[in-house]
Amino acid sequence: MKKLWITLTYLVFFLLLIAPLGKMVMGAFEGGLGGLGDALARPEALHALMMTGLIVVTVTVLNTLLGMMMAIYLVRGSWMSGGLRRFLNSIVDLPYAVSPVIGGLMIVLLLGPGSAVGAFFEDIGFKIVYAFPGMVIATLFVTFPLMVREVMPVLQEIGAQQEEAASTLGAYGWTTFWKVTWPSIRWAVIYGIVLTVARSLGEFGAVLVVSGNIINRTQTATTLVYQDVENFNVISANSVALVLAAFSVSLLLLMEWAKKRREVR
Amino acid sequence: MHVEVRGLNKHFGDFHAVKDVHFGIEKGHLIGLLGPSGGGKTSILRMLAGLETPDSGEIRFHGELVNALPPQERGIGFVFQNYALFKHMTVFDNIAFGLKVKKTPKSQIKDRVMELVELTGLAGFEKRYPQQLSGGQRQRVAFARALAPEPQLLLLDEPFAAIDAKIRQELRSWLRELIERVGITSIFVTHDQDEAIEVADEIMIINQGRLEQKGTPWDIYKEPKTPFVATFIGESTVVENARELKGFEEAAGGSGTRALIRPEYIEVGGPDEFRVLSATEEGIVRHLHFRGSEWMVEVEVGSHKLMTYRSLEKDTLQPGQPVRVLVHRAYLFNDERSWIEENRLKVDPMPVII
Ligand SMILES: Nc1ncnc2c1ncn2[C@@H]1O[C@H](COP(=O)(O)OP(=O)(O)OP(=O)(O)O)[C@@H](O)[C@H]1O
Ligand SMILES: [Mg+2]
Repeated sequence: MKKLWITLTYLVFFLLLIAPLGKMVMGAFEGGLGGLGDALARPEALHALMMTGLIVVTVTVLNTLLGMMMAIYLVRGSWMSGGLRRFLNSIVDLPYAVSPVIGGLMIVLLLGPGSAVGAFFEDIGFKIVYAFPGMVIATLFVTFPLMVREVMPVLQEIGAQQEEAASTLGAYGWTTFWKVTWPSIRWAVIYGIVLTVARSLGEFGAVLVVSGNIINRTQTATTLVYQDVENFNVISANSVALVLAAFSVSLLLLMEWAKKRREVR
Repeated sequence: MHVEVRGLNKHFGDFHAVKDVHFGIEKGHLIGLLGPSGGGKTSILRMLAGLETPDSGEIRFHGELVNALPPQERGIGFVFQNYALFKHMTVFDNIAFGLKVKKTPKSQIKDRVMELVELTGLAGFEKRYPQQLSGGQRQRVAFARALAPEPQLLLLDEPFAAIDAKIRQELRSWLRELIERVGITSIFVTHDQDEAIEVADEIMIINQGRLEQKGTPWDIYKEPKTPFVATFIGESTVVENARELKGFEEAAGGSGTRALIRPEYIEVGGPDEFRVLSATEEGIVRHLHFRGSEWMVEVEVGSHKLMTYRSLEKDTLQPGQPVRVLVHRAYLFNDERSWIEENRLKVDPMPVII
């Protein structure tokens, strides 16, 4: 009985993960190494990968800063009323509950050319939706809980006393943060960064809605794969997907390493 | 430093945690804050440190109002109950933290830290991390860290709570000596009245957010101002109706006066042990407990159970044995007032000269 379960688990694992991955690798090399090179050297492929890269970098920087700030406010912000803190705390989880496509749609509705805010920015020549800023906002929306939820428990665990001790010894906020708080939350932040990179690398739904998937303009790696598949351009789709998968695997390894470091701390 | 507190109040939501507290502390004194759990001791300490903002009231150091000063500017040292050491810093860096923040020159930092390491008996441990230290050693590090920037006021929140009884005793006298040597005004919170009585120049009893009494340990023991203080300090038995006690009938006046009697106010023994037998009552020994250096005797007098100690030098009593009981004095209190009363029969009106 137990054996059967184990076999079944392996089977599911194989069917869901290994088989498609193998198929993808094979698909990418169907036209040989040259075919892979050609697929990746297409201008739209290069542009899409660049777009993804830019989004990952921008979102990771923003999310790390915003997420850490949010976590610190939620855990230490005694100046906020308890009610406000509880409200913000549940808002943080919103992206987990809302489908990314809906999230993207909300951004289009709020900031698109049809809305007052969107129209205002359009007038001053700053396009948000169907442009880079919108895509960053959409990805930020999707990744927001990752950093906050990594850092908050660590802050709660270390408590405020070390920081209070630092303040009675004459250290102000910034010194206290760097000398006392940061060393304790460092590994949680790194773990959060890895999660954020992985998530923004693979984000599809929200970006698709917000970007409009305009080739050579707002197309990202994931939306390019989607388009290639639509066009039965199997080799190209697999090639780009392979690049994404390679990144994901290295991130996974990095994540394992970060997790171990975080545990030993 | 001279500390002055006037009309201090603190609410946590609807809860009134500190109620109209007044006190003054002289320079160089060591003050013990004593009281039951949840009484507001930590809250008072945190307000002095500037870690908590009072709702109303004044805090003055050297006569200057410091309410608006942040903790960084108050020149205080704070030792937390669980030490709150910087766990990713070595002992040396922990102690040096306050000096580094103040941009003290490197060589001076080293000298000062080494001086404190010597003083606190931590020599050889400078390179260790807090996790690699015992509870008592951590306590010393916390202490050295707080002292390093030469604060004018040292606040200690239950500094010995997490340390076992024996080392606690050692650390206690060590702390007392150290504070005397450094000559720093200090306030420490404790649950342990022996600790407060032994170490402090003055004790403040805090109960339900109020300062019940402030005074030297001896004053508080001898003349408790409120029934709470009387019951809280020392051991005691309460007799609901003081008039039923022999020698206190008149003093107790009307009904509703209760008596609080400490073991050392009571004497038990055979009839031959008392000079004025008429002042004693009859009682029966109920229990005897050996307390190492003396007997603890529970005796029943009428409907009351009283407790006292008896020297090992005297005849050993037996449970069930009838004895004479003399209540030398009692702390009487009713709804209006409380006072100390001596046994009126003790002074023989017609002394018989033998
Ligand atoms: N941050 C807070 N929020 C809400 N209530 C608090 C807070 N801090 C303290 N209290 C309440 O105020 C009261 C006094 O607390 P405080 O910590 O000063 O007591 P304490 O005398 O130090 O007790 P203990 O001896 O147990 O440490 C308690 O009833 C406590 O629940
Ligand atoms: Mg306390």
